[in-house]
Amino acid sequence: MTHQDELAIEVKGLVKRFGDVTAVDGIDLDIRRGECVGLLGPNGAGKTTTVEILEGLQTATSGEVRLLGLRWETDAPVLRERIGMTLQETRLVDQLTVEEMVRLFTSFYPRPLEVEALIGLVQLGEKRHARVGKLSGGQKQRLALALGLAGDPDVLFLDEPTTGLDPQSRRALWDVVAQLKARGRTVVLTTHYMDEAEVLCDRLVIIDRGRVIARGTPRDIITSLGAEQVIELEAEPSPELERLRPLPSVVAAQRHAGRITLRVRELHLALPEVLREVAAGGGQLLHLSTRRPTLDDVFIDMTGRSLRESAEEKAA
Amino acid sequence: MNALGQLVLMRLRMLMRQPEVLFWTFIFPVVTSLFLGLAFRNDSLGPVRVAVAEGPGAPALMAKLEGVPELSAEVADEASARRRLARGQLSLVLLPGAVPEALVDPSQAAGRTARLLVEQALAAPEVTARPAVVKATPVSEPGNRYVDFLIPGLLGLSLMSSSLWVVAGSLVAMRGGKLLKRLAATPMRRSQFFLSYMLARAGFALAEVFFFCAFARWLFGVPMFGSYFTLTLVGLAGALCFAALGVLVAIRARTEEAVGGLVNLVSLPMMFVSGVFFASGNFPSWLQPVIRALPLTAINDSLRAVMLEGAGLASLGAPMLVLAAWTVVPLLLALRWFRWT
Repeated sequence: MTHQDELAIEVKGLVKRFGDVTAVDGIDLDIRRGECVGLLGPNGAGKTTTVEILEGLQTATSGEVRLLGLRWETDAPVLRERIGMTLQETRLVDQLTVEEMVRLFTSFYPRPLEVEALIGLVQLGEKRHARVGKLSGGQKQRLALALGLAGDPDVLFLDEPTTGLDPQSRRALWDVVAQLKARGRTVVLTTHYMDEAEVLCDRLVIIDRGRVIARGTPRDIITSLGAEQVIELEAEPSPELERLRPLPSVVAAQRHAGRITLRVRELHLALPEVLREVAAGGGQLLHLSTRRPTLDDVFIDMTGRSLRESAEEKAA
Repeated sequence: MNALGQLVLMRLRMLMRQPEVLFWTFIFPVVTSLFLGLAFRNDSLGPVRVAVAEGPGAPALMAKLEGVPELSAEVADEASARRRLARGQLSLVLLPGAVPEALVDPSQAAGRTARLLVEQALAAPEVTARPAVVKATPVSEPGNRYVDFLIPGLLGLSLMSSSLWVVAGSLVAMRGGKLLKRLAATPMRRSQFFLSYMLARAGFALAEVFFFCAFARWLFGVPMFGSYFTLTLVGLAGALCFAALGVLVAIRARTEEAVGGLVNLVSLPMMFVSGVFFASGNFPSWLQPVIRALPLTAINDSLRAVMLEGAGLASLGAPMLVLAAWTVVPLLLALRWFRWT
């Protein structure tokens, strides 16, 4: 098998401009077959634009895109048969039933999955004869996923598949992605949720302002922080960050809305010193917790902003 | 089942499961026709209303006019009589004098009748039974009444508005909800997507034509001189043509408000000039070539020709060509310029 064949997606120097605005500013991606790759980043980072260019829904200003060794400019009909997707917030046909909607989509593909199997896969068996308009938000999103899988795609794109979903629907979606991976399918998803990215993705690409700012396995990216643990504390009065940074084993200190986040290499060295510092300032401890670092810490470290905040901005 | 079949099924299900679509397609045209048909029932003309201005000779003139059954004469003061003439409430005002003067409004059709009747009445020395020169026999044959003229026009109008609104509205809603974008990302053949809209529309139009014919026949006794088969073909051609125009109207618009304006822009002028409520021949002759090139004129003229004159398909070549052009060109434009995202 040649190198070309192993890559499901190959992107070089991808740029997309809308007038004066540069949404994607030189992104490179190499995604192997059978991999699940997550694109992470705040709202407006360029994730959706990138994914829609990969899906053939937008054209790039410049750069090269290859999917399964094919190009949109020359092989669009074949590519459409071999990819599947969910878009953000698609309004399906309210008057159709779940089964009718799935059957319609399977009719577009040369080698579709069985309608029954698709409905079962997303756990909508009981809702088979329900009108799409009567489904809950999570059920609609699961249906959208079934439609994305209708053609038994080699590459599946999921654009924020679980934003605003109930836990059951989220779990159902995670299960489906796990099954796809097991069958050697390639999955590309965008998400705001760190836990989702950590559970589902073999590799992550973190995007901010149209550029890739980090990439690697979730483990590698977290390790790149150089910290093994995170201490979060609130105190009154709050100690100076300048006094905390030189303490033993402390890698970085940041303040967010009165709460101090310290990333440390070794908890048993840092914690006593931190507490001593709080006490020395005559402060009262209001909150103290320690945890392992998450991708959100990585994001804050690199951009000064929290991914969760950008997700909340979007929801608001 | 293949994609085209599934797409047509989708369209039919969308239409049949929306009560408002059924209402506007079937109930509304019937209610309109019922209302208009009753309002414009072929009442025979009433007497022509004339007034004699107050003055010394007025009673003598009145005496002569009162003997004519087709005239309804009264005495009124001149100023108010002139005013009522201008408003069309009177057809003629007679000013007494050595030679009585008749005032008429040249734009009023009844003015001419009134003048002839008044002249005749005044010329006769006495009210005597004149030997009848011509014997008048009132006729009321089906096919000559206003409602007979109206029904085919309303069918054309109904086919136009339901095609335009239903097709354009649905496409724009799908664009707004990103479903068009989602479909564009599948291997679905785009020509099949448009074709499914046309076929589903044709199916509905079939029902529409049957429904319309049935109630026109039973409620108003509108005659059918041609064949129902030809009428159905003409109706289908019209529905397909307006479905294609509906697609064209919806090629770019993103909101239902925007597309609503466009639908009105297309349909309102045709509603007035294409002979729905009155014959398009009333418009100036320089406008006639334009009017004849409009799809609604083509379908209305054809429907009337079939229903009221028994025309066959062979004699409808010209209007069918107009409809074909208005079907093919919009679809080609749509395939090229349709906005899927």
